[in-house]
Amino acid sequence: MTAIDAGTALPRQKTDFWPILLPLAMAAIAWPFIGAFSTWLTLTLAGLAMGMMIFAMASGLTLVFGLMDVLNFGHGAFISVGAYLAMVAFTPLAAFTQADSLSINLLALVPAMLLAMATSAAVGYVFERLLVRPVYGQHLKQILITMGGLIVAEQTLYALFGPQIIPLSLPTALRGSLEFGGAAVEKYRLLAVVVGLIVFLCLQFMLNRTKIGLLIRAGVENKEMVEALGYRIRRLFIGVFMAGSALAGLGGMMWALYREQVHASMGGEMMVLTFIVIIIGGLGSVGGCFIGSALVALLVNYAGFLVPKIALVSNILLMVAVLLWRPRGLYPLSSR
Amino acid sequence: MMILSGNPPRGKLLTGLVVLVVGLLALAPFLFPGSKPLNVAAKICVYALLVASYDLLLGYAGIVSFAHTMFYGVGAYGVAIALHALGASWFAVFAGLGAALAVAGALALLIGLFSLRVQTIFFAMVTLAVASAFAVLASQLSWLTGGEDGRTFSVPQALRPGFQLIDSGAFGGAANGRTLAYYLVFGVAAVLFLALLRIVESPFGRVLQAIRENPFRAEALGYRIVVHRTAANVLAALFAACAGALNALWLRYTGPDTTLSFSIMLDILVMVVIGGMGTLYGAIVGAAVFVLAQNYLQALMGVAFGAINKAGLPLVAGFLNPDRWLLWLGVLFILSVYFFPTGVVGRLRADPKP
Repeated sequence: MTAIDAGTALPRQKTDFWPILLPLAMAAIAWPFIGAFSTWLTLTLAGLAMGMMIFAMASGLTLVFGLMDVLNFGHGAFISVGAYLAMVAFTPLAAFTQADSLSINLLALVPAMLLAMATSAAVGYVFERLLVRPVYGQHLKQILITMGGLIVAEQTLYALFGPQIIPLSLPTALRGSLEFGGAAVEKYRLLAVVVGLIVFLCLQFMLNRTKIGLLIRAGVENKEMVEALGYRIRRLFIGVFMAGSALAGLGGMMWALYREQVHASMGGEMMVLTFIVIIIGGLGSVGGCFIGSALVALLVNYAGFLVPKIALVSNILLMVAVLLWRPRGLYPLSSR
Repeated sequence: MMILSGNPPRGKLLTGLVVLVVGLLALAPFLFPGSKPLNVAAKICVYALLVASYDLLLGYAGIVSFAHTMFYGVGAYGVAIALHALGASWFAVFAGLGAALAVAGALALLIGLFSLRVQTIFFAMVTLAVASAFAVLASQLSWLTGGEDGRTFSVPQALRPGFQLIDSGAFGGAANGRTLAYYLVFGVAAVLFLALLRIVESPFGRVLQAIRENPFRAEALGYRIVVHRTAANVLAALFAACAGALNALWLRYTGPDTTLSFSIMLDILVMVVIGGMGTLYGAIVGAAVFVLAQNYLQALMGVAFGAINKAGLPLVAGFLNPDRWLLWLGVLFILSVYFFPTGVVGRLRADPKP
C-alpha cells in the first residue's frame, strides 16, 4: 500500500476526442464527392451557420434535462417567441435596419437580440412556475403538460399576431454575400457563426471557470449531494431554465432572420431538430450538443446538395448510426 | 376463454353517457339526416378507435409515443394507394389493408426494439423525430402518395352514395351506399374497440400495467419489459392502421393533412387526456367531446367573437376568434392533466378506490 502524496496531481479524466473528429471527418469525406472547392466551402459555411443556430436553440434543452431530469417538450415555444420578438423589435427600429451601414444595423440588431432573450427568459420563468414545477419527477405528466404548454403558447401567438406567415427582412448591410476564393458566403451566415461561437464560448467559460458553472456541473452529476452541501438547487435550476429559454429565443430570432419570415409553427418544426441534436450529443451534455448541431447541419447541407432525396431522412439515419456506435449519445452523462 | 371483456364502464353516470354516445352513433344516419352530422359521427367512430389504441400505449403501458399518426397514416395510405392503383374493388381494399398492417407492424417493431430499451422519454423523442421524417417523406414521394395533394380515389360500388341497398323510397332514402359505408366504419370500429377492451383485461394487459407501475418489480417477477412494451407498441400500431384505413374509406381521400400532420397527434393527446387515460372508455367520451367541440364550439366562439369585436376589443377578440378553439382545448388539456389525470371517465366512475 502506498500513501498518496499531497503533491501528486489527481488522475485527470481522459479527454474523449473521437466525437470531435466526426464533423471534421464528415467535411473531409464530403469534399471529394462535391468536387469544386468553392462549392464545398459555401456548403460547409452554410452548415456551420445553421449548426450554430441549432446549437443556440438546443443547448438550453439539454442543460435543463441534465440538471433536473426535465425534458421540456414546450421548448419550441421559446423559439417562436424569439422569432416574433425580432419582428416586434424591428418595426420601430426600421430606420436603423434600413441604413446601409453595418454599425448602425448592429445598433438595431443587438437591442432586438437582448429584447428577444429577455422576453423568452420571462416566458420561461412563467412556464417553469406554472407548468414544470408541479410535475417534477413524473416524466409522463411532464411530457403531456409541456406539450399542452406548446399548444397554448403557439395559439396565443396566433391570437396576438395573426395566423399568417409574416415576412421579415434582414438589415441592409447583412444582405448579399462576400467572395472567398471563388466561394460565395452570405454575410448573415458569417454573423450567425460568430454569434454561435460566442454563445458556445460563453457557456463553456461559465460552466468550467465560474462557481455557478461548478455548481451546475455538480448538480448534473448528483443533485442531492449539492443540496446536502447547502446550495439551493431549485434557484439554480430556475436560472438555468431561464437562460436556456433565452438562448432558445436568441436562436429563434436568428433562425427567423435566416429564413426571412416569422411563423408560430416554426418552434415546433425546429424542436424536432433540436431533439435529434441532443440525442446525438448525449442528453445533458453541452459539448455533445455542440458537436451534434454541427454534424446534423453539415449533413443536411451536404446531403441536400448531393442526394436531395436522402436529405429528408438524413437526420434520422445519422441518429441511428451514432446510437449504434454509442447507445447513449456521443458524451453520455456518467450519472444516468 | 371469454370473448368479451368483463370490464363494463362502471358507475351509473358513465354507463349512461357511454350508452348514450354509442346509441346516438348507432342510429346517427336516421336521427340526423344530412351529410355534415354523418361526417361528424363517422369521425367520432374513427377517432374513438384511434384514441383507444393510443390509450393502450399511454394509459396502460405508460409509453409516450408521437408516432401514432404515422401508423394511422400508413393505414390510410395503404388503402388509398391500393384503391388508386388497382381500381375500386374489395380485393384492393384488403390488399391495401394487409400491406399497411405489415408495414405498420414492422415499423413499430423496429422503433420499439431500437428505442424502448431505455427511458420512456427517449422513446418519445425518437418517435417524434421518426414521425416527422415520415410525414416529410410522404409529402415528397409524390409518385406514390400524390404528394401534398394526397390521393383521391373511388371506393367499391356498395359504398358509393349512388348505390341503393333497397328501393329508394325505404327509410326516407337513407338506405344508400353512404349509410352502408357509415355502418362499415361504425361496425369495424366497435368490434376493434371491444377487442382492445379484451386485450387490456387479459394477463398481457395486466403485465403492461404492472410494468407501468413498477418496471423493476415486474422485471424481477420474470416479465421481460422490452418484449411486453414492444408488443404493446406493435399492437397499438396495428389498431391505429385499421383506424387509418377506415378513415380513408370514409373520406375517399388520403392526404398528409388528414392523416400525418402533427396537429392530429396533438388532437389524439388532447382526446385521450380529456377522456381519461388508462380507461379505454375515455376514448369514446374524449373523441365525442373533441369532435363535437371541433365542429360546433367554433360556431359558438364565432358568436362571441362577433359580439366582442363589435364592442371594440380587438385584442380580446383575437383570443375568441373561432380559429383559436384549440387554445381553449389546450388550456383544458393542461388543467385536466393537473386536476383530473383520469379524465372525464375517472371523475364519473366514482370508485371509492382509484
